[in-house]
Amino acid sequence: MRPSDAGVSDDHTDRAARPRVRIQAEPSSRSAPEVALGDRGPLLERAAVFDIRDMAVAYGTKRALDWTTLKIYRNLVTAVIGPSGCGKSTFIRSLNRMNDSVPGFSLSGQVLYHGHDVYARATNRVEVRRRIGMVFQKPNPFPKSIYDNVAWAPRNLGLKTDLDARVERALRRAALWDEVKDRLRVSALSLSGGQQQRLCIARAIAVEPDVLLLDEPASALDPVATALIEELMHELKSRYTIVIVTHNMQQAARVADRTAFFSLDSTGSERVGTLVEYNDTETIFSRPADPRTRDYVTGRFG
Amino acid sequence: MSARATASPPRRRLPRRARELLLADGGLGDAVLRGLCVAAGVISVLILAEVAYQVITGSSLAVSRFGLGFLVHTQWAPNFGRFGAATTIFGTIVCSAIALVLATPLAIAIAIYLSMMAPRGVRVVVGPMVEMLAAIPSVIVGFWGVIVLAPFLQAHVEPFLHDTLGFIPIFGPPETTGLSVFTGGLILTVMVVPIIASLSRDLFLTVPAELKDGAEALGATRWEVIRGVVLPTTVSGVAAATMLGLGRALGEAIAVAQVIGAGNDIHASLFETGNTLASRIALEFSGTTSKLYTSSLFYLALILLAIGVGTNLIAQTIARRYDVHRTFV
Amino acid sequence: MLSEMDPTAPLTPSGNLRRRIAVSRLMTAAAIASAVIAVAALAIVVFAVASRGAPAISLGFLTHDPPQFGGPGGGIASAIVGTTLIVAIAAAMATPLGVLTALYLSEYARPRSRAAQMIRMALDLMQGLPSIIVGVVVFGLIVNPEHRESGFAGSVALAIIMLPLIARSGQEVLLLVPQNLREAADALGVRRWRSILGIVLPSALPGIVTGTILSIARAAGETAPLLILSGLFMPGTTFNLFGQAVPNIPMLIFNASEAADPTGFARAWGAALVLLVIILIANIGARVLLARSRARMSG
Repeated sequence: MRPSDAGVSDDHTDRAARPRVRIQAEPSSRSAPEVALGDRGPLLERAAVFDIRDMAVAYGTKRALDWTTLKIYRNLVTAVIGPSGCGKSTFIRSLNRMNDSVPGFSLSGQVLYHGHDVYARATNRVEVRRRIGMVFQKPNPFPKSIYDNVAWAPRNLGLKTDLDARVERALRRAALWDEVKDRLRVSALSLSGGQQQRLCIARAIAVEPDVLLLDEPASALDPVATALIEELMHELKSRYTIVIVTHNMQQAARVADRTAFFSLDSTGSERVGTLVEYNDTETIFSRPADPRTRDYVTGRFG
Repeated sequence: MSARATASPPRRRLPRRARELLLADGGLGDAVLRGLCVAAGVISVLILAEVAYQVITGSSLAVSRFGLGFLVHTQWAPNFGRFGAATTIFGTIVCSAIALVLATPLAIAIAIYLSMMAPRGVRVVVGPMVEMLAAIPSVIVGFWGVIVLAPFLQAHVEPFLHDTLGFIPIFGPPETTGLSVFTGGLILTVMVVPIIASLSRDLFLTVPAELKDGAEALGATRWEVIRGVVLPTTVSGVAAATMLGLGRALGEAIAVAQVIGAGNDIHASLFETGNTLASRIALEFSGTTSKLYTSSLFYLALILLAIGVGTNLIAQTIARRYDVHRTFV
Repeated sequence: MLSEMDPTAPLTPSGNLRRRIAVSRLMTAAAIASAVIAVAALAIVVFAVASRGAPAISLGFLTHDPPQFGGPGGGIASAIVGTTLIVAIAAAMATPLGVLTALYLSEYARPRSRAAQMIRMALDLMQGLPSIIVGVVVFGLIVNPEHRESGFAGSVALAIIMLPLIARSGQEVLLLVPQNLREAADALGVRRWRSILGIVLPSALPGIVTGTILSIARAAGETAPLLILSGLFMPGTTFNLFGQAVPNIPMLIFNASEAADPTGFARAWGAALVLLVIILIANIGARVLLARSRARMSG
């Protein structure tokens, strides 16, 4: 297992000696079968943005996620569903190194992003997050103005020319522009919850990332706001690759092209999150291959 | 005492006389304790009122004699009955300014380190060490200042600064003993840093993790997260902490008295002797030769009290507004 | 421009990231350096006191008085006795007053009442008072009318300095006592004063003791009031605080720093070391007590 730096985040390649564990000889017997079909075009022709091989996560001695293998494809919305505690958040946060600051975090296996190992020594964490953005469950706007919230990261990146245009573009794409265009200098905290979350989305896409990770973005919002966010998914995926964690199956069915179902597996004495099945959304919900998937999507348990 | 308290009266009905006694006993006890507590509270307020009263009456002679001109007169000649606060006000401002200018960035950097960068093992050791610095009595810091720091500054630091930056008037030729306004400012820095650092560190720890997560997820470096999120969120609290540090610097009498050299004039150079409001009172109070002399020192105390209370109130207002801001966030 | 970013490029710093990382590393270095400076300052001062004071310490040092007319040799017994007495009397005055005030604020007053706000404001202001002003005030109050210094006046001044600390920390700890303890006592029919003194106060006791210890440690080192109120004393040990100035450790050190005579320095360093050790022990002890009581309160 590769230990992380507990508590302290350094910007770039960690100096702590981290033994790099090669891909385990253990077969990924639990990896879900990949099926290339459907009217979304032959999948095999689509670029795989993430190629995740035998990824497993532990916090200290507690294993959180078991050997997980799947590919995430460009310009699709991929949903991650499953009962609570099955490791969905752990999974998605591991994609952009957001788990590094959690004490005891260690990851084995490989997370390849466009062929590059996200957890390699030479990989720069800040660069990873530049390309793989994230929106969190609870809206977390900065205590700054709406404009400054969106403009903050581009300013850091040195993109000061046409900042106004960039901010407007981001707010438009997040379907927030019309509501805030005449109060850009007002504090972001004066917005409603749904607006704040769209602001966070605007903030994330202002730096034009490659991938957008959304960790239960609508779970803290009312149904109207939720519907707005879901609408956004359809438009955003033409530009970005989207991975969305949701505990709401219907939401996954509505927005996602592909769906990964995680569940808690009681192997031996502990319960570990496992990838059970990963396929086109339609298949997962109408013709699930695994009985556990069937039980979950038909509501037989949590 | 606790044994008796837990031996509570049984729930069955007691004989009438016993009940009356108990009620009366409780009533009296309650009244007594309550009375004592209220009295204590009143005494606390009275003490403060007494402080104000003493300072005002003690200075009344000098105030009536000198009026507000006292604040700008520079002459302090007890033998001639001439007293003026300007020199000490100047010294107070300069020493406190040096202390704040040096201590604030230093303290904030320490707080950033302790709250966001240090590994847990280091944090647990260095944190208490910084607080221990505040616990060293000022007389010991001043004693060390006289014996160790002042000669060192006089021999090595002040000549260097004078040679390299002597064209700036504040870096004049060093004085022979090393007792100077500069040394006073440095000593104050040592005493003020831990106050600002501890308070700031506590403030930085209150910044919610999700705010920092949000900034990190946008591809920001650690410094950018601190500069863009942590510092702006806590700026009022840090300002209040700085005000408290300033209050400490203003009121410090002993350590400054030991190292500032009891000067009587206003100089442009930091390396000359000087005096602050607090240090002059400390140094001369026991040796007053006339009522006017004593009253003039009380007048200095009045000015010091006004400034001290002023900074304290500013700190409280900032802190209160900051709390309001925090609940909003 | 951002559109130039190539997502398939290796995950090494691109664009201006290298410079930003350099800046961030610089700031980290500055923060570490600052912490080093703080630790160094503490180490330097403590080391100076320890290295110069330790040679002076001996049993005789702690049990003999300083020489009658100054000069080397002798000990600091009179100063130790004097400080102990002055601080003890100050604590005897400040602790009950502080605890009762804390009790009033936590048990009797409505939190937003004018009285509570006024008392809290008074305590805050008192805490911010320069100690020299406290000394000057007590001078006017006691020394002036009596025309002589006294150790007791010093105690009064120290009590004023200790009061807000004890009241503040006491109030904080009392507020931590869970409300259901008080309600349980009420439900049992126990009188208010019994429940306060018998249940609430004992559970807050560790915190109150901690606050008292810390303020005693603080008072032991306070010099400014003693300079004015108990500054001119005979060097011999005395147990009478009233009507005369009493030798004390802070003044011993202060006098040495003002004197031209270096022979008294060794004694002063020794006294400084003794004082520092007492304060260090008090601080560590208070910390340990506080941690243990917090664990018990929340556990």
